[in-house]
Amino acid sequence: MLEAQIIKKLRDYSLDLSLTVRPGEILVLMGINGSGKSTTLNIIAGLTEPDLAVISLNGECICHSQAGTYVPAEERRIGYVLQNSAVFPHMTVRDNVAFGLRARGGIPRQEIAKQAARWMEQMHIADLAEVRAGNLSGGQKQRVALARALAIGPRLLMMDEPFTALDTESTQTVKDLTRRFVKAMQIPCIVVTHRLTDSTEIGDRACVLCNGKKEWEGVPSEMPGFCSVCHCRD
Amino acid sequence: MIAIAKRFRQDKTRRKLAYLAAGILIAAVTLYLALPILAIFLRITPEQFFTTIQNPQVISALWISLFTTCITLVVVIAVGTPFAYFHSRYSYPGKVIVDTFIDLPLVLPPAVAGVALLMLYGRVGLLGQYFNMLGIQIAFTTLAVIMAQIFVASPFYLRQAKSLFEQIDPAYEQTARTLGASPLRTLVSVTLPMTASGLVSGAVMTFGRALGEFGATIMFAGNLPGVTQTMPLAVYVGMESNLFLGLTISILLVIISFAIMLAVRLIQKREDPHA
Repeated sequence: MLEAQIIKKLRDYSLDLSLTVRPGEILVLMGINGSGKSTTLNIIAGLTEPDLAVISLNGECICHSQAGTYVPAEERRIGYVLQNSAVFPHMTVRDNVAFGLRARGGIPRQEIAKQAARWMEQMHIADLAEVRAGNLSGGQKQRVALARALAIGPRLLMMDEPFTALDTESTQTVKDLTRRFVKAMQIPCIVVTHRLTDSTEIGDRACVLCNGKKEWEGVPSEMPGFCSVCHCRD
Repeated sequence: MIAIAKRFRQDKTRRKLAYLAAGILIAAVTLYLALPILAIFLRITPEQFFTTIQNPQVISALWISLFTTCITLVVVIAVGTPFAYFHSRYSYPGKVIVDTFIDLPLVLPPAVAGVALLMLYGRVGLLGQYFNMLGIQIAFTTLAVIMAQIFVASPFYLRQAKSLFEQIDPAYEQTARTLGASPLRTLVSVTLPMTASGLVSGAVMTFGRALGEFGATIMFAGNLPGVTQTMPLAVYVGMESNLFLGLTISILLVIISFAIMLAVRLIQKREDPHA
């Protein structure tokens, strides 16, 4: 379970947000560009320092500004698929998927190879194992990024605009795989998107951000078609 | 119909003239750059070249040049890579001034660089006087050759590395961190491999510039055969006393420079478009 209270002064406004995501639940974070969605994910991942925050994962506090607790990004064990998937272009698909397992250390080589092979199999990218990731299509890259993020056994999965550069078929595949593994692994998941169809298809719950504040929260299919704060979705 | 045919002929003539003008321009520029190089090769016979290349002065200058340039390259890469990384990643007061100092040796006449080094490290220089008191002499030694080369040639690597680190999408490094990689592991396994071809290009250019260094070296290190006389200095001496000696070393420098530029071209061709 993820519980987060975040305050961060941004250029034009303050991000002030409380989030709770249960195990196996997918929360879709929506809002226009600059509404604070990516900043929220970066703060939870430990890539951006908040002004004030209390964040806990499965009861363990990973950030408490007032208590001076700040677990660095590499120790939070959060699977984070950033925008444009960010697969390492100079590495093969296999090395990409195994990257996190190697980086964490303490896992025998054979076990790393076995786990990487299992994740490639499950993401239907096993036949691309020796292909350099820079040569993959957008959909393939996104599946590599997802496999790489899940291979570390994350306590939380976060995806920032994962469907933006994908065609319809790839979008559906990535959505199906995400839903399947979030449910199977019973981990909380946050997906950032600005498309309403994505939120209804993948999300269990949606949260709409506007100028850094939570404007609406509920079941995606019940989301109002207008924004009461800045009218960005009118 | 006749008007169309006339216009077609006119267009064809105009195109031919444009091609001719372009051809003349390309040939003129190429010849201007290539002819002097060709003249060096045509002024000496292969026998004279192979006899002169065995001259101890040539061999000594060749080794001093290669030795000092290699050390320069190692120092520039070892210090310049982390420097460029930190410089591109963090903001700090006076960063613009540091940037200016990085670029300064590119526009500064090398002789001035030599004078500046001499004023600092020379026997009565700002720091040199203290080194001298400790019995350490820097000016007019092989170390001075290396220091002059580093001063003049390092901007080629620093500028390249700085710009590569600034351009790389932070998403790659951020992803590596969230996957459990420490900042050092991220640098070694993600940032450096993704910028490697650009860094090698910068290093090769630095090597080439250091190899051809003349002005700063002669001012700060002098022209002592076997100690500080690099190939460009030996060319200068050779032209005054033994033309074939100057020509032979010049040919060697042309070959090495050509190989360097060819290497840069090949590396740039192979450069990963995703980096």
